Amino acid sequence: MIDGFIALYIFMLAAFTGYEIIARVPVILHTPLMSGSNFVHGIVLVGAMVALGKADSTLGQVIGFLGVVLAAGNAVGGYVVTERMLEMFKTSRERK
Amino acid sequence: MDFVTFMIKATYFVAAFLFIVGLKRMSSPKTARGGIVWAGWGMVLATIVTFFWPGLSFFNIALIVVGIGIGGGLAWWTGKKVAMTDMPQMIALYNGMGGGAAGAIAAVELYRNVDHGLTVTFLAVLGGLIGSVSFSGSLIAFAKLQGWMKKPLRFKAANQVNAGLLLGAIIIGMFLLGNYSTHTTLVTLFFLLALAAGIMLTSPIGGADMPVVISLYNALTGLAVAFEGFVLNNEAMIIAGTVVGAAGTLLTQLMAKAMNRSLGSVLFSAFGDESVDGGGEVEGSLKPIEPSDAGIQMAFSSRVIIIPGYGLAVAQAQHKVWELTQLLQEKGVKVRFAIHPVAGRMPGHMNVLLAEAGVPYDLIYDLDEINADFENTDVVLVIGANDVVNPVARTDPSSPIYGMPILNADKAKNVIVIKRGKGKGFSGIENRLFYLDNTRMLYGDGQAAVAELIQAVKAS
Repeated sequence: MIDGFIALYIFMLAAFTGYEIIARVPVILHTPLMSGSNFVHGIVLVGAMVALGKADSTLGQVIGFLGVVLAAGNAVGGYVVTERMLEMFKTSRERK
Repeated sequence: MDFVTFMIKATYFVAAFLFIVGLKRMSSPKTARGGIVWAGWGMVLATIVTFFWPGLSFFNIALIVVGIGIGGGLAWWTGKKVAMTDMPQMIALYNGMGGGAAGAIAAVELYRNVDHGLTVTFLAVLGGLIGSVSFSGSLIAFAKLQGWMKKPLRFKAANQVNAGLLLGAIIIGMFLLGNYSTHTTLVTLFFLLALAAGIMLTSPIGGADMPVVISLYNALTGLAVAFEGFVLNNEAMIIAGTVVGAAGTLLTQLMAKAMNRSLGSVLFSAFGDESVDGGGEVEGSLKPIEPSDAGIQMAFSSRVIIIPGYGLAVAQAQHKVWELTQLLQEKGVKVRFAIHPVAGRMPGHMNVLLAEAGVPYDLIYDLDEINADFENTDVVLVIGANDVVNPVARTDPSSPIYGMPILNADKAKNVIVIKRGKGKGFSGIENRLFYLDNTRMLYGDGQAAVAELIQAVKAS
């Protein structure tokens, strides 16, 4: 476990970072950005991998496997739909 | 720290950096397309390096590969083939999967016969609770937007039941802090209660409020991931989860504010089926117009603003609308799009649809940018939007949508409303705009009506 107060500092600074990043986002990017942030918490995949990888009981393996399947869906699905949405953002100049 | 652990930690550091830069780039239209690629590389690096985590058994690694194949393959396939109009529910679905994964991590840790210590157990329980609620809640949101759940489920003591479920989960969670390993039944009961709470909390909420709910669950999943990151001592999860938790919370607030709804009223009060009429009788009458007349009116005006709403998405009319826009532009008409923050089912939903059709984003304006210009506009074309142009939000304090910022379409010289029938909007309120002297109604399916407008403009 990371030392308690350092963990709190990390939590606070990361929270401010998240807040600041989105504070100036134009409305037209709200859905893609929500989708993009949805992709980013797909990092839960690495946690699910470790949980399954270290599981030492059948129950742990079953739940861990479910976790990996779900997390992979979050990461891959989040990427695919975000990429598809952002692909369409072009100005009038880029189209010609 | 041995070499392998060092490499894993270093890669997680790089991944966290890539996530933050990626999100930052995604917040500007010019760099957005590259942003997701940055974040994507972060994910790929973090995933690859995790296979080298010390102490993973060979059999379990094989399971991981199979799991990623199944989950990733299904998500790839559904994500590629889903229509642009169905994006909101897909985001809800993938988000729910993330919440479920966070819940699964908590379950594995809590079912294990290991003393984690008070702090770690607390974070595991908290992350498990939030993740499970987000999982079942997002699946309900998906089912609702997909049209599998037509009617909001509502009953008298709903709030009490929901509070009871949540309270029950919290009390059992507190028991788990003391007896982490001996009571597997308690752990099971804890997760069942949390899942039920997510279902019950989301079921009564109407479709109009779904964007706020999905955004909220997105933020909650982020938080759950961060908490489980502390449990697993995984910095990449902590940073990415917290950043998403904070960003998602802000986005949820922005959306609720744009709808003039507090988060509390979205979650705890039924909305949209109490048959309020916005108070008072509506004056005037609905005046229909022929497509040919409407087309001519648009072709011979100099400034046109198009206001799309959910009806545009349902009718898949975005391509026809862009065709109409180009025709009008050739005739020298200045055409712009005005998008209300909550038009459609999610903020930005309309922008995505218009972008799909090929409308350049510099023709698209949001509420603050364009609202002052309606007075100088010859024709406003409303396609499948309703509550976001209802002037009672400005004038009638007894209306449920009073105070919601709206697009001032009623100030334009002429208003043409394309509408499927005479029904009311999502909120169930009569729209005064439709009864104004300068408003004409063009009844019909959005796509067919716009096609007729195109013919009329071509002929003029």
